[in-house]
Amino acid sequence: MKDMTPETDTLEVRIWRGRDEGRFETYEVPARENQTVLDVVSEVQRHHEPALAYRFACRVGVCGSCAMTVNGKPRWTCRTHVQKVVDGGALTIEPLRNMPRIKDLATDMTDFFDKWHRAGGRFEGTRTRHDPIQPVDPESRARKNANAGIECINCAVCYAACDVVAWDDDYVGPAALNRAWTLLNDEKHGDQRGTLDAATAAGGCGSCHTQGSCMKHCPVGISPTRSIAGIKRMSLMDFLNMRGK
Amino acid sequence: MTEARLFALQRLSAMVLGPLVLVHLGVILYATRTGLTADALLERTTSSVLWPVFYGLFVVMAAIHAPIGLRNVLREWTPLPDRLVDWAMAAFALILLVMGLRAVWAVTGGVS
Repeated sequence: MKDMTPETDTLEVRIWRGRDEGRFETYEVPARENQTVLDVVSEVQRHHEPALAYRFACRVGVCGSCAMTVNGKPRWTCRTHVQKVVDGGALTIEPLRNMPRIKDLATDMTDFFDKWHRAGGRFEGTRTRHDPIQPVDPESRARKNANAGIECINCAVCYAACDVVAWDDDYVGPAALNRAWTLLNDEKHGDQRGTLDAATAAGGCGSCHTQGSCMKHCPVGISPTRSIAGIKRMSLMDFLNMRGK
Repeated sequence: MTEARLFALQRLSAMVLGPLVLVHLGVILYATRTGLTADALLERTTSSVLWPVFYGLFVVMAAIHAPIGLRNVLREWTPLPDRLVDWAMAAFALILLVMGLRAVWAVTGGVS
């Protein structure tokens, strides 16, 4: 509440309008005690700017569609309380970085999802529905590695936070490599070779500079940095024919 | 050669180069601080098979390590075509190897 003194019962909200060419429009919305950034964007859309383009679906941090740049940092707007990020009664809301803009706060995520596949993110099953379920030891090291990265919902916050993605179009990015790492640790995944080759190809894990922005900004606390380091280590062990099963 | 293989070669050559560089720096400090003459240095470098082995390994590892790193920098930061960079770096590796080994031979060639 420290930034919301009684005399400022309104928020000054600057929202990006347009595509690459555009401008910030400023709106005044009521400051409420319990208010997320997504609530603010919705309020602007409903009461001030019906043509405002933005994405959301679940509103509770499950779907990963409402991520935007809020006061300079990529965040899930639905899980960000205004009180936590407001700066002197003001909010600046922009689309996520590193993806082409479509309109206002909506970006084109095609490349982001394509890169997910390019890094070997497609699961290949080895059994049919008629086979018994393959047992997996939850205490095994591989399963623990997979569990550490499995909660990713592809919101692209890490992709927007990554400076290497910003300057290297070819780099597949942290989310895609984190996905590959979970597959490489999944005993049920049939194409380990294909995933490792894809994740270590040009633009793959070798392009990461270990800056750690992905890890810092991930809303669910995943460390893609760690996953990428895991792929590098696995790649080295594979080269030496010392890769454990 | 795959990216994964280049990555592995660069990391492994770095692991070898680490201690070699430390010894090399130690040798430089020792040679300059004790005021050895060129003749005295050559006498030492030609007197043991350890020197050509040590610096021969050094040159081979540097010729592997440096072009891979430079290739990464050029690919990431210049608009040069990938194939051009690859050929240029292969040439660079060869130059490092030939010039390095020639230098090693020049100061250790008298080993009997």
